[in-house]
Amino acid sequence: MSELRELYQEVILDHNKNPRNFMKLKVHSHHANGHNPLCGDKLELYLDVVDGVIKDISFVGSGCAISTSSASLMTQFLKGKTVDESRHYFESFHDLVTGKALSEEKLEQLGKLAVFAGVQEFPARIKCASLSWHTLMNALDSKDETAATE
Amino acid sequence: MPVFDVNKVRSDFPILGTHVHGKPLIYADNAASTQKPQQVMDSISDLYSNHYANIHRGVHYLSQKSTALYEGARETVKNFIHAKKIEEIIFVRGTTEGINLIASSYLEPLLKAGDEILLSEMEHHSNIIPWQLTAERTGAILTIIPLLENGELNLSVLPTLLSSRVRLVAVTQMSNSLGTLNDISRIIELAHQQSIPVLIDGAQSIAHMAIDVQKLDCDFFVFSGHKIYGPTGIGALYAKEKHLLNMRPYQGGGDMILSVSFEKTEYNDIPYKFEAGTPNIEGAIGMATALDYVSDLTIEAIAEYEQELLAYATKIFTAIEGLHIIGTAPHKGSIISFVLDGIHPHDVGTVMDMEGVAVRTGHHCTQPVMEHYHIPATTRVSLSFYNTFEEIDDIAKAITKVKELMG
Repeated sequence: MSELRELYQEVILDHNKNPRNFMKLKVHSHHANGHNPLCGDKLELYLDVVDGVIKDISFVGSGCAISTSSASLMTQFLKGKTVDESRHYFESFHDLVTGKALSEEKLEQLGKLAVFAGVQEFPARIKCASLSWHTLMNALDSKDETAATE
Repeated sequence: MPVFDVNKVRSDFPILGTHVHGKPLIYADNAASTQKPQQVMDSISDLYSNHYANIHRGVHYLSQKSTALYEGARETVKNFIHAKKIEEIIFVRGTTEGINLIASSYLEPLLKAGDEILLSEMEHHSNIIPWQLTAERTGAILTIIPLLENGELNLSVLPTLLSSRVRLVAVTQMSNSLGTLNDISRIIELAHQQSIPVLIDGAQSIAHMAIDVQKLDCDFFVFSGHKIYGPTGIGALYAKEKHLLNMRPYQGGGDMILSVSFEKTEYNDIPYKFEAGTPNIEGAIGMATALDYVSDLTIEAIAEYEQELLAYATKIFTAIEGLHIIGTAPHKGSIISFVLDGIHPHDVGTVMDMEGVAVRTGHHCTQPVMEHYHIPATTRVSLSFYNTFEEIDDIAKAITKVKELMG
């Protein structure tokens, strides 16, 4: 069970049960839907970016423990970071879950997100961990950058 | 009660003796694909070691030998599903290709805008999309026999759905995600009263029950070799001769012609008209060996044992708190789909895998079924005659571990 404990660490289980920033943002500048058709995971990501800084970020959706906790921890992590930093962290996170060598500095920068290192032992689950991050990239790259309100 | 000698059959399947993550393999993903007995592997090896050459038209010894084995395989399929003639058996890549062949060669030339193709809500995507593509090209529309809450089809609305515009009914005999066994005799009878032909998707049913296409009187029946202990990439399509004689070719190529000039081609007789190119010779022979293997055990003995497994697993799983079985029809094959309160099937699958248990998690290529139950996915335990009661106990223990870890 040790590999499983590596995968399903307490912080992951906690964020799965009680996802943070789990709501739609009334005011947002960016939005994207993420879908993993293999397992049916779906999430909607909302960002409020002001002057290149992620002022607020949230998500709603349903998925497995890995995808839900990854989205939850990502939103916590990115709040207050710049868009450019976020792209950099996407690369680092991707390297982390796919098992690529990561410098001490980059690993440290990822902070709590390092709990997802266990995913690299479970290739079928990499997509679960990275769904929210790919959705983030889609949201940031979307042409529609005008603020939307609902 | 006759005792099914499960240990004897298990010894025919080398993979069942292997370990996964340090645990003895419990293979419960049989609805996706079945494991292969040594006999099937030996027959393929024997073909290549002793008899192999390209089939048909060759005058040399090996070509004739291979042709005899390949055509013998067609005879085996014919006997297994009780078709009237060997000409009614077309070798295809699998169920999916069989359905595509009927959509393209039989149905599409008949369709006019506004015509209807009647499917059911529990169909596998492979019995939806070929019809959808045909409908898009012709302006026909799909109509759907709805599901009841327990996973049965609501056949009370069938007479209404069988309108004068329906050109074909295509339904599965056994649901791959719910396990439901459909009353296809009744569906065929009602459709035929309106002179509507019926295609039966036998992908799941073929390994679990006796099939008699003449008694059923279905117009088309399709199945895959790999779901009945044979190789992948091979399957069979049964079609009544009267339909085959009027159908246009599916693919063009060698072996499906009598004579070719640049002005005109004369097509070969059935079934060869529908088998363009060098076919999957080893696949057909391997599949026939698998059918012989099943026939030796007898499908009746297999069905009886699997029903005992199903009843036991249903009882044991139902007792697990927070577990809900999706698909509780009174007549089922040995498939149990379930959800666990608060735990996503994908997490269930990963934890069970670490216990050596191979189950499938996801939508099982039946997204409309998942929509019906408002769930993204299920965990599916699908059992075969080589599974044991002890394995079911171990699967239940693995589910309990999932709950301990994730709960």
